[in-house]
Amino acid sequence: MKETPLSNCERRFLLRAIEEKKRLDGRQTYDYRNIRISFGTDYGCCIVELGKTRVLGQVSCELVSPKLNRATEGILFFNLELSQMAAPAFEPGRQSDLLVKLNRLMERCLRNSKCIDTESLCVVAGEKVWQIRVDLHLLNHDGNIIDAASIAAIVALCHFRRPDVSVQGDEVTLYTPEERDPVPLSIHHMPICVSFAFFQQGTYLLVDPNEREERVMDGLLVIAMNKHREICTIQSSGSEMQ
Amino acid sequence: MEEETHTDAKIRAENGTGSSPRGPGCSLRHFACEQNLLSRPDGSASFLQGDTSVLAGVYGPAEVKVSKEIFNKATLEVILRPKIGLPGVAEKSRERLIRNTCEAVVLGTLHPRTSITVVLQVVSDAGSLLACCLNAACMALVDAGVPMRALFCGVACALDSDGTLVLDPTSKQEKARAVLTFALDSVERKLLMSSTKGLYSDTELQQCLAAAQAASQHVFRFYRESLQRRYSKS
Repeated sequence: MKETPLSNCERRFLLRAIEEKKRLDGRQTYDYRNIRISFGTDYGCCIVELGKTRVLGQVSCELVSPKLNRATEGILFFNLELSQMAAPAFEPGRQSDLLVKLNRLMERCLRNSKCIDTESLCVVAGEKVWQIRVDLHLLNHDGNIIDAASIAAIVALCHFRRPDVSVQGDEVTLYTPEERDPVPLSIHHMPICVSFAFFQQGTYLLVDPNEREERVMDGLLVIAMNKHREICTIQSSGSEMQ
Repeated sequence: MEEETHTDAKIRAENGTGSSPRGPGCSLRHFACEQNLLSRPDGSASFLQGDTSVLAGVYGPAEVKVSKEIFNKATLEVILRPKIGLPGVAEKSRERLIRNTCEAVVLGTLHPRTSITVVLQVVSDAGSLLACCLNAACMALVDAGVPMRALFCGVACALDSDGTLVLDPTSKQEKARAVLTFALDSVERKLLMSSTKGLYSDTELQQCLAAAQAASQHVFRFYRESLQRRYSKS
């Protein structure tokens, strides 16, 4: 289905309101929407609601052979899916640009920042390592997918427990959850993305744009930071900013 | 600061035992349903059966691609997304079963050259997944206001090696000799769709169907209460 086009009067209304420092939902410039995090029954399952934007995250693990040039590290795999439920325009063939951009940003934020200790995921060096797979599904699109997705990913990773493994010489024993309690992943820090939408040729910015604001914005700046005030990722797209 | 513009009905229905000629454990698990929880789809519902939970969103009647349009009725499309991994053949087959059920019930001739899309997302799978998907799809279609000639529900049952019938099996109970899922309509409890896996005899099939029909009473009563609760002024 095609995206419903934004009418000119709606666009003008939004931009004028922003010029007067007003947001449609009554928030201030640096206000975030309410965040609600709920967990499912399996380990590693969580649903994050950022205002009306809803993301489902699930972490799963599997024993695989490691990559050839990284024989002692586990593998982290991220997959963000824009479900057709989230917006009528998200058809399977049509969302490639946005999807690639979001997936790449998630990877940079979570994998390149080394928030998960991949060395601890190694079972037998060169032969068996854990592959941790994070599947994120966007259920409802009301703006700011990347923030909700990054929160869902890191929360799901913290909630996840992998089966316990013991190595004795050449023997590797994988314990079921009934035999031994599953073990949490070792997480160094928790990077969270924050999005800023730019307006008026880059002179005015709003935090956490909702869907309407995203349609009329000039540019977007995403910064991923953790509790220790370290920047994990920065990405800027759209027009110039000052 | 956001106003709650949607009402949600959270009903818990404790279901009594369904009738069955043999064996104890013939009760359905605890149900819960929430409607209108997503803002973008025209209709949405989340259905919980025990620990199995499915979220459904419906868009329609809406624009359809010229290649897919049917001149005299609506094009119904069902998309089922698993939680982990990419959708595979099992999802495709379930999509087809759900689509056939919906096509039998939805009054497509009222909206020719349009598309009605049902998107299902598995939130957690603890047995009876197809039945839960059917229930969620029905509730979402009702929430979207799509005209239907009847409501439908899904009931699953598992047959043990010694012939014990278990309704609404959990994942452990699904490792039985045979698992049968039925879709029944609300008007006359007629069979809309059946999907079975495993070995069973003719009489056992009839017994399972009778048990499923009895259990569907509870499901339809739950639908009715849930909708009444949602639309009443209280």
